[in-house]
Amino acid sequence: MLAAAAFALGAAGCGEKTSVTVYKQGHYQGKPDKQPWDNDLFKGDKLAWEQAIKARNERQDETSRGTPTAKN
Amino acid sequence: MARMKFLADAERCIECNGCVTACKQEHEIPWGVNRRRVVTLNDGVPGEKSISVACMHCSDAPCMAVCPVDCFYKTTEGVVLHDKDLCIGCGYCFYACPFGAPQFPQDGAFGLRGKMDKCTFCAGGPEADNSAAEYRKYGRNRLAEGKLPACAEMCATKALLGGDADVISDIYRNRVLRRGIGSEVWGWGTAYGKPEQRPAAKPGAKS
Repeated sequence: MLAAAAFALGAAGCGEKTSVTVYKQGHYQGKPDKQPWDNDLFKGDKLAWEQAIKARNERQDETSRGTPTAKN
Repeated sequence: MARMKFLADAERCIECNGCVTACKQEHEIPWGVNRRRVVTLNDGVPGEKSISVACMHCSDAPCMAVCPVDCFYKTTEGVVLHDKDLCIGCGYCFYACPFGAPQFPQDGAFGLRGKMDKCTFCAGGPEADNSAAEYRKYGRNRLAEGKLPACAEMCATKALLGGDADVISDIYRNRVLRRGIGSEVWGWGTAYGKPEQRPAAKPGAKS
């Protein structure tokens, strides 16, 4: 009797599922997007696009644009 | 091409809201939606600090992870974008985002929540580059024009930098070193604070 109860109690644990949620990164379901250089302006020229962006990047540094006059 | 990132310099920001205005003007963003905001700590107190906040285009973006319809994608430049045709306006991304970047246009008597709108790093969305549909849904695609985000390029004090992460972090690093405080301001101590000074425990005492 006791053994049967213990078996039933033990077997009940076998059906238990983990309650810890595992988050998975989803896969994009929307429309595909083109690269920023695949347009009429750059005509697929990635190098030209990168050079344009690089020039804009460096223009944000005022110390490289002229002689600094004061501590910034 | 490295990752595109924003970098805000709290020492330089003068809370002019030029970045907010530039963003609203560039993309014709409706009332109630602010893709970019300026947050000020200790406002009105001498020594207050301001910082410009928008979508930070996270490398491991939580909005992408929680979206039930998987409308987010990341470009090769590391810009996090989304497809408004798929978005159901559930707001999960808003709860997940640590920066409060996702915005929801509201309309009607009960504040009907529309499709999510957020900073696109001026990279538009999954419509034809610089098309009318792209402009209407996502705003102007400056990246496809070889330009950087309007907010960063418009910033008068250059407190807000945007672009290639390697380049803008170099600009910021040089700037910090030139301030003359010392190289220690660029590093762990500034980011996470100094460890607390605790009195040394007596030998044999319980911890």
